[in-house]
Amino acid sequence: MPDERRLPADLIHALEEIVGARFVRTTIEERALYAYDATIRRSLPDAVVRPKTTQEIAALLPICGAHHIPVVPRGAASGLSGGSVPLRGGIALDLTRMDAILEISPQDLLAVAQAGVNTQRFADAVAAQGLFFPPDPSSALASTLGGNAAENAGGPHAFKYGVFRDYVLGLTVVTADGRILHTGGRTVKNVSGYDLTRLFVGSEGTLGVITELTLKLIPKPQAKRTLLTAYDRIEDAAETVSAIIAAGMQPAALEFLDDASMRVVESYLHLGLPVDAQALLLLEVDGPAVAVTEQAEALIALCRTHHSREVEVAQTPQQAEQLWRARKSISSAVARIKPSKISEDATVPPSKLPEMVHRLQEIGRKYEVDLVIFGHAGDGNLHPNIMCDERDAQEMTRVWQAVAEIFATTLDLGGTLSGEHGIGYMKAPFMAWEHAPAELDAMRAVKRAFDPLSILNPGKLFPEDVPPWPVPLPTYPRTPPSA
Amino acid sequence: MAAPLYMPCIKCGLCLSVCPTYQLTQEELESPRGRVQLIAAVDRGVVPLDAPEVDQTLFDCLDCRACEVACPSGVPIGELIETGRAQVTAQQAEHGQLSAGSRLVRFVLRHLFPYPQRLERTARALRWMQRLGLIRFADKVGLLRLFPAGWAEMARALPQIPSKSGRSQLVLPDDSKTSLPTSEAIKGTAALFLGCILDVIFPQANLSSAHVLAHNGWNVCVPADQRCCGALAIHAGDREAARALARRNIDAFLASGADTIVTDAGGCGAALLEYPQLLADDPAYAQKAQDFASRVQDIAEVLVQNGFEKPAAALPMRVTYQESCHLHNVMHVISAPRQLLDSIDGLEIREMPDAARCCGSAGIYNLTHPQLAEPLLARKMADVPSDVDAIVTGNPGCWLQLLHGVQAYGPSCAVTHTVCLLDAAYNREVRS
Repeated sequence: MPDERRLPADLIHALEEIVGARFVRTTIEERALYAYDATIRRSLPDAVVRPKTTQEIAALLPICGAHHIPVVPRGAASGLSGGSVPLRGGIALDLTRMDAILEISPQDLLAVAQAGVNTQRFADAVAAQGLFFPPDPSSALASTLGGNAAENAGGPHAFKYGVFRDYVLGLTVVTADGRILHTGGRTVKNVSGYDLTRLFVGSEGTLGVITELTLKLIPKPQAKRTLLTAYDRIEDAAETVSAIIAAGMQPAALEFLDDASMRVVESYLHLGLPVDAQALLLLEVDGPAVAVTEQAEALIALCRTHHSREVEVAQTPQQAEQLWRARKSISSAVARIKPSKISEDATVPPSKLPEMVHRLQEIGRKYEVDLVIFGHAGDGNLHPNIMCDERDAQEMTRVWQAVAEIFATTLDLGGTLSGEHGIGYMKAPFMAWEHAPAELDAMRAVKRAFDPLSILNPGKLFPEDVPPWPVPLPTYPRTPPSA
Repeated sequence: MAAPLYMPCIKCGLCLSVCPTYQLTQEELESPRGRVQLIAAVDRGVVPLDAPEVDQTLFDCLDCRACEVACPSGVPIGELIETGRAQVTAQQAEHGQLSAGSRLVRFVLRHLFPYPQRLERTARALRWMQRLGLIRFADKVGLLRLFPAGWAEMARALPQIPSKSGRSQLVLPDDSKTSLPTSEAIKGTAALFLGCILDVIFPQANLSSAHVLAHNGWNVCVPADQRCCGALAIHAGDREAARALARRNIDAFLASGADTIVTDAGGCGAALLEYPQLLADDPAYAQKAQDFASRVQDIAEVLVQNGFEKPAAALPMRVTYQESCHLHNVMHVISAPRQLLDSIDGLEIREMPDAARCCGSAGIYNLTHPQLAEPLLARKMADVPSDVDAIVTGNPGCWLQLLHGVQAYGPSCAVTHTVCLLDAAYNREVRS
C-alpha cells in the first residue's frame, strides 16, 4: 500500500534550501525507517529532515507552521511511550547529526552538548575526565541526550542520584515560531524567573525542540561495589527493598528482576544466573572506599535476614559490568518470550512496592497474559512488560485490559502512570485518571503559549488528542463493587 | 502461527552503536535496525522489493554480525540479510537487471571458487604474472585503473603467491590419513577444512594447522572431495550455489568419519556452522547438516579445549590480535586464540581498542564496496598499536585486507595467522 501523502513542493524546496537537499528525504523507503520507535505502533512521516544546527531548526519551524505541518523531534527513536512516532505524519525531525560534545568543564562541574549526542558516549567522555554523569537509562547505548531530556529519563542510579531533570542546568530550545530560547544557565543555583528549563525537560517534544544542553556533573565516587542475590520467594525480595529504605540506607542502585526476566536474560548472556530462583536483587553501593565496604556488609546482612540466598559480590569491574549488561538487556531480551511487547513503567511510593508486585502478578493471572516484572525497585519504579503477539486479536484484547488495570492499580496505590518513559501516545488515554481537569487545563495553557498552532508532536500527552484505546476503558476512580 | 524472523525486533536500537556502517554514515538505512525494519516493510507491502534503498541496505551490510551479539532479543539479523539478498538478486536476475558487477561476482563464485583445480590454475597464472612483474607493470602504466575501485588495491596488496597450495601438499590419493607424524597418545581424528582462497594465497595457515594438530596428538585427515564453504556465495545472495557446495562438503566430511571438523578461517567456520539453516528445507540433507555442523570447530578452540603443548622455545615479538568478525560474532571464539598466543614465551599481546570491529574485508566487500571498506580499514589501522611486529588474525579475508592496510596506512608490520605463530614456536623448539 504505497503511501500517497505528499507535502507541498514549495515546502520541500524551502526545507532543502535550509538543511541541504541530501538531508530532506521523501521516499517511502526512508520514511518507513522513521515510522517507529520502540513501541508497537507505526506511523509514516511525510518527510524526514536531518538538520545540523539550531539555526536551521529555527528557520524551518515557522515554515512548517505556516503550512500547518506537524513536526516530530526525534533522537535515536528508542523511546518506550511513543514520543517520537509521527502519529499525524508531517516532518520527522532527526537530531542525530547534532552530535558534538561542546565542552566538559571540571572547574564548573558541567558539560555542554548538542541534543543528538549519544548518552553512553557522553557518560564515557565525562568519566574519562574523572567526572560522573549519573542518569543511566538502560537504553543509553542507543539513546540521545536530547531525547532523554525530552522524556525526563531516569535509570538505575536515579534512586540515589535523581533523574535527568536534576542534571539539566540549562537548555537551548527552539519554539514553534522559530525563536531560540536559552533557559537556565551554568549555575546550580538559579532563581531568575520561571524555571523554563524544568518545563521543557519532560515536555516530550510538544513545547519546543531541545537542541543543546548544559548538564551538571559530579565527582566520580571513589569506590563502588556491585552485589547480586537471589530469593526463593518474590515477596522476600520486595520486603528486602522496603527494609533497606526503611533502614535509611541509600545504595546507588537497587534493581529487581523476577524469574521470567532473569531466565530470558540468562538465555541471552549465559552468565550462570540462578534461574531456579523466584527473584533477584542487583544492588550497588558507591562512595569513599571505607564506607563502601561497610555499606555492602550492612546490605548483605539485611538481605540475609530477609531470606536471600548467598549474596555474591562482583570481584572485578568486568564482572560488575556483566551484571549491569544483563540488567540493561532485559527490556529487549524479553522479546524472546513472545515477539511483541507492551512496556509500562508504573511507579508507586517505595513502601507500596511489595503490594504492587503482588497485584501485578494477580493482573497477569487474571487476564492470562505473559507479564514480566523487573525494574528500579528502590524508587518504586517497576517495569511490568506484557509479552504478546500483536497478530492475535483475542490475546491483544486481554493485554489492553490488563494494561488499563495496571494503571488503575498504580494510581490506587498513590503512584503515577509513568516514572521515566513519558506519556507519549501509549499512556495519554489515561491522563485524566491521574490529573484533575484543572491540572490538564494548566498543561493545555502552557502548550498553547509555546505552540499555538499545535504543530509540535501532535497526538501525544493529552487524552483528547490520541487514537482511542483499543478496548473500552473502564471508569476511574473505580466504583467499589456493590455488596 | 509462526512469527516472521524480523518480528522480535522491538526497535530498541541497541544494535546501532556496534554497527560499522552506521558508525560511519549515521544513517538509519545503514543500521541493523533500519535493515531489519526495511525488510519488514517489504514483507508488509509498504516498500517494494525492487527499491534501490532495499538493495543498498542489504548489500551495504558487511554481514559482520556484530549486531547479533548486541541484540538481546535474538533477532537472526544475518539470516534476514542473507535471505533478503537472495530474494533481491533472484528478482533482479529474473528481470535481467543484475548489474555487470553482480554478474561478474556471480560468475566467479559459480565457476571459479567451487573448483579447486581451476582455482589453482588461476593462482599459478597470477603467480607468474607477479614473478614477471606484470602486475607492477600494469599498475605503472595505469592498466589497473581500468578495474573497478578496490580491485587495484587488492592486486597490489596480494602477497607473492606460493607455488603450491595447501591442498596439493596435504591431500593424499587414498583420502585417508596424512603421513604427518603424531605423538603416541592419539586425541582423535581431525578432518581439516581447507577453504578456497586461503589455501592458494596463504597455504601456510593450513600447513601450520595440520602440523600443530599432529604435534598435539591428532590424526589429521584432509578429505579430497571438499570444496569452498559457500560463504562468499551466501554473502552475494546466491544460496543455490552455496547449497550445492554445502551438500558436497557434508558428504566429503561425514564419509571421513572424523569426529572433529577443524577450520582455521573464521568466515568458513561460521558458514559451515550454519549449514543447517541453509539446508533446512532439503529433506535429504537437513539432518546430515546438523550432524556435520555439530562437529565443526575452530582450530584455536580445538587446541585449547583438548589441551595443547606449550611451546618450549620463545618467540620474542609484540603482536596485536584482530578478531575475525565471524570467528568472534558467529563462532564465539574469543579467548582461545589469545590463549594460544599467550602460551608462547616472549610473545607480548598488545590489545588494540575495539579489536572485534570489522576491518572492512567482509568476504569480498572490499572489492564490491571500496567506498565503505576503505574508511573502515583506515580506522582499523589507526587503532593498531604503532610498535607491534605483527597483526595476528584468524581469517584469510582479514589477512589480505590487513596486508593492504599495512601498505596503505601503516604501521609497517607483518600480518599472520594465530596458528602460524604457534607452529613457528614449535619449529624453533625442534631446531634449538
